[in-house]
Amino acid sequence: MLSLLRGKREPIHDFPGGIHPPENKARSTAAPIRPGPLPHELVLPLNMHVGAPARPVVALDETVLKGQLIAESQGRISAPVHAPTSGRITAIEDRPVQHPSGMTATCIVLEPDGREAWAELEYRPDWAATDPAALLEQVRHSGLAGLGGAGFPTAVKADPGEDTRIEQLIINAAECEPYITADDRLMRERSPGIIRGIRMLAHLLRPDEILVGIEDNKPEAIQALRSAAEGTDIEIRVVPTRYPSGGEKQLIQLLTGKEVPAGDLPARVGVICQNVATAYGIYRYLEHGEPLLSRITTVTGDAVSHPGNYEVLVGTPVKDLLACAGLDADRLGKLVTGGPMMGFTLPEPAAPVVKTSTCLIASTPEELPEPPPEQPCIRCGACAEVCPANLLPQQLYWYAKNDEFERAQQHNLMDCIECGACAYVCPSHIPLVQYYQYAKGEIRNQEAETAKADRARQRFEARQERIERQKAEKEARRRERREAQRRKQEAAPSGDDGTRSDAAVQASATSAGGGSAASGGSDGSGSGNGDDESRADERARRMKQLKVTYNKANKQWKQAQAAFNKAQRDGADNLDQLSANVDKLRTRADEARAELDALVQEAKTDVEAATGRDLKTLKKEATDAELAARRKAKEVQAAREAGATEQAQSLEREHEQLRQDADDKAAWLKRVMEEQGMKEDE
Amino acid sequence: MSLILGPAPHTMQQGDTGAFMRQVVYATGPGLAVLTWIFGWGTLINVLWAVIVAVAVEALVLTMRGRDVRFFLSDWSVVVTGLLLGLSLPPTSPWWLTLVGVAFAVIVAKHLYGGLGMNPFNPAMVGYALLLVSFPVAMTAWIAPFDVPTFSESVALFLGQASPDAFSGATPLDTFRTWAGDAQALAGHDILHGRIAGRGWEWVNAAFLLGGLYLLARRIINWHIPAGFLAGLALPALAFWLVDDVRYADPLFHLFGGGTMLGAFFIATDPVSAATSNQGRLIYGALIGVLIWVIRSFGGYPDAVAFAVLLMNLAAPTLDYYTRPRTYGHDKPDRGIG
Repeated sequence: MLSLLRGKREPIHDFPGGIHPPENKARSTAAPIRPGPLPHELVLPLNMHVGAPARPVVALDETVLKGQLIAESQGRISAPVHAPTSGRITAIEDRPVQHPSGMTATCIVLEPDGREAWAELEYRPDWAATDPAALLEQVRHSGLAGLGGAGFPTAVKADPGEDTRIEQLIINAAECEPYITADDRLMRERSPGIIRGIRMLAHLLRPDEILVGIEDNKPEAIQALRSAAEGTDIEIRVVPTRYPSGGEKQLIQLLTGKEVPAGDLPARVGVICQNVATAYGIYRYLEHGEPLLSRITTVTGDAVSHPGNYEVLVGTPVKDLLACAGLDADRLGKLVTGGPMMGFTLPEPAAPVVKTSTCLIASTPEELPEPPPEQPCIRCGACAEVCPANLLPQQLYWYAKNDEFERAQQHNLMDCIECGACAYVCPSHIPLVQYYQYAKGEIRNQEAETAKADRARQRFEARQERIERQKAEKEARRRERREAQRRKQEAAPSGDDGTRSDAAVQASATSAGGGSAASGGSDGSGSGNGDDESRADERARRMKQLKVTYNKANKQWKQAQAAFNKAQRDGADNLDQLSANVDKLRTRADEARAELDALVQEAKTDVEAATGRDLKTLKKEATDAELAARRKAKEVQAAREAGATEQAQSLEREHEQLRQDADDKAAWLKRVMEEQGMKEDE
Repeated sequence: MSLILGPAPHTMQQGDTGAFMRQVVYATGPGLAVLTWIFGWGTLINVLWAVIVAVAVEALVLTMRGRDVRFFLSDWSVVVTGLLLGLSLPPTSPWWLTLVGVAFAVIVAKHLYGGLGMNPFNPAMVGYALLLVSFPVAMTAWIAPFDVPTFSESVALFLGQASPDAFSGATPLDTFRTWAGDAQALAGHDILHGRIAGRGWEWVNAAFLLGGLYLLARRIINWHIPAGFLAGLALPALAFWLVDDVRYADPLFHLFGGGTMLGAFFIATDPVSAATSNQGRLIYGALIGVLIWVIRSFGGYPDAVAFAVLLMNLAAPTLDYYTRPRTYGHDKPDRGIG
């Protein structure tokens, strides 16, 4: 609204917080881009990008040409590496890379031969007529990876998936960090190429709008871009200079008012953001066939005599580049790679310049001094005022400091973009970002541990279940054999015992597979035993699953209902959403219950089919037999106490038979139920 | 070559906690000057003595705790504590009263909780509350405005060699409390009718308001707590005054009476013990204002800044839990304890 009043069209949105650190950009923007040095060796790490490291495809001592593939991408999120110049591969070994700890990583070492002999290049001047999918495949081989410093493989980012509609393609030209001017110079000098690269990206992504976001402290670059973009549908949107306007999320918010949902990618809200140098890289690749061999890196700081922007071959050791810019080693205090806000200090300058090296600051101790000692936090809240993510940094600091990671997560620590604005303004000089990085690292470790434990538990449970099942099957087979044995023994005297009740005869007839009433079912179970059993097993498993599902859904439903009730009381504004959630969970629970009931019913029907009687009858018979046996036991007892020995003996025999009968029936019922995948409680 | 290593960011804004606290000290200048003008040397002597005691006790406790005395004194926080307590005490206070209050504030309210940044209560107000409940007579012995004792009389009072009775007079708040509801008596007391509010005290408050505006302009404090504080005090005062202007004092009288402006801009804004989110600060300030009005109008004490601030210090963490801002990328704020 305010900008409408001012008569400007853009930007119409804002992000909270932000700071205005001294820019220190002027000294490196004065001179045009200069070529970097050709060092005596280039050190090319295999992981200059986010994702899986590339796999070397060259051998030791192999001669390579400029632009030749030397390491191919491995997996979907990865990027290849190309030889930045012609020469010989002298080593594939661990070398120090740019890392705050001076860590080493596998690198391909190339000794340039000075000939600059090019490999045969493939280029696509006809890109506009090429199918986007084919073009995207081509871009995968470019070696491009977020040149703004993030290093995310460009082709992966330019492929949000078939069903994602891109509303805005945003080109990040904000370059909001102090000192860095690489994109500024690039735009001043090579805007036509940038605009062509942006159109290529647009060809891949088919966005509704193409917006270039640039801070208003770069008037020359804005002018150059505007004139190059004339006649295209690319909009150059000037945003006020305020750190961190160039943060991906912040720039999206500035230009579109959209917020990227926590833990999600911009594509979720229909936005893809690419750095301006990356767009230029795509242009070089598609129209000239050049993969990513060099980049513009700002070299600045009081310890170099020729600050400026250098077009540096990837792999150039930092010390060679610094020498080229006139480093006074005696004055060098802090060597920062990246900007002064988010960059990190290098312990020594042997590490190479990589695809993400936007800037090197060779500062004197006066320029970027050691931080003053940390004072206690007085909760002044200056940090909260500048936080672009609207976090409460002072609370996060307490939680991180006290290892209260759960609390820190509740306060959305994971949404911290580590821009450093909070630490910049902290009057107590607390290195807040370092605390957050520590807490985030610990939380990630804990999550990894939990995931590992979960997997182990699942494996253990699956194994337990398998063992149980096998045991049950074994037991069932054993019982079957025992039954058959007994039936054989009983076959001869069957019927001669007058005391056996009708029910017992019937039951024994059924289990023997004789008897007209049950013969059909019995035959069925006899011939198709295996099938039935697997069907029953299947059902048992399904019922178990359903029970779990039902219990879970039921519980969730109750929780959702409670949340809804609370929200209603509090008058929250997302009642519809909560209510929908309640309904959804309710439906899920009901569905599970219904299916479970259906299966139980089915099992009962099967019992009926198999035995000729329904489950209720079977249960009743088993109970009756049990009661009869117990009654007889009491009679035996009474007779013994009365001293009627003979009568007692006769009653004892009767009892034994009744007992046998009752046990048989109970076992039979149990077996039938197990066969049908039911447990007794159903 | 050995390079400097360190975490990002590598550049920092100028200034530190000490500079922050010194701004607060400077901003009390007008208030201290007007207090001295209206009530004599007593206030100035109080403040100097309170600061000396505060620094000495802080140094002693830091030594006992094995901390770097110079480093921790450089944050100037204890100077502010001593200063604010000194400004709150009556100009007739004897040396031992100040000593007890300041020592209690620094030792118990600050260091027993862990030192700067860890104290849940505003230390100066803890000291003030202790003195008020322990020595109510000495703590309410204010001098009648412009009836200034000489320097030697002030020194005698400070040394406890003179009785404050000879000089003391009721404050406007006290007078109003005594005669509230009696229109005739209220009209008859000159002290209640200054240029904008109670005599003498209106200038004290105006001077602290000026200092407070300086702090706002220098962005040392945010507007939320003072604005909430003054609105929370003025709105109920206005409503009740409109209903019954004999029983209830008018809002200007409340705003420019007693410790209102000192409380709103210098005491309630102590960041350590206040709420930290902007919304929380607004509520925190407003509730302090309301409490002050309630205690002044219905309570047993003529003024109430210390008790209101201490009560709300207790509520600050809860306010923070319930006023968390919505984080970027989240649909709604995550609020509540848990």
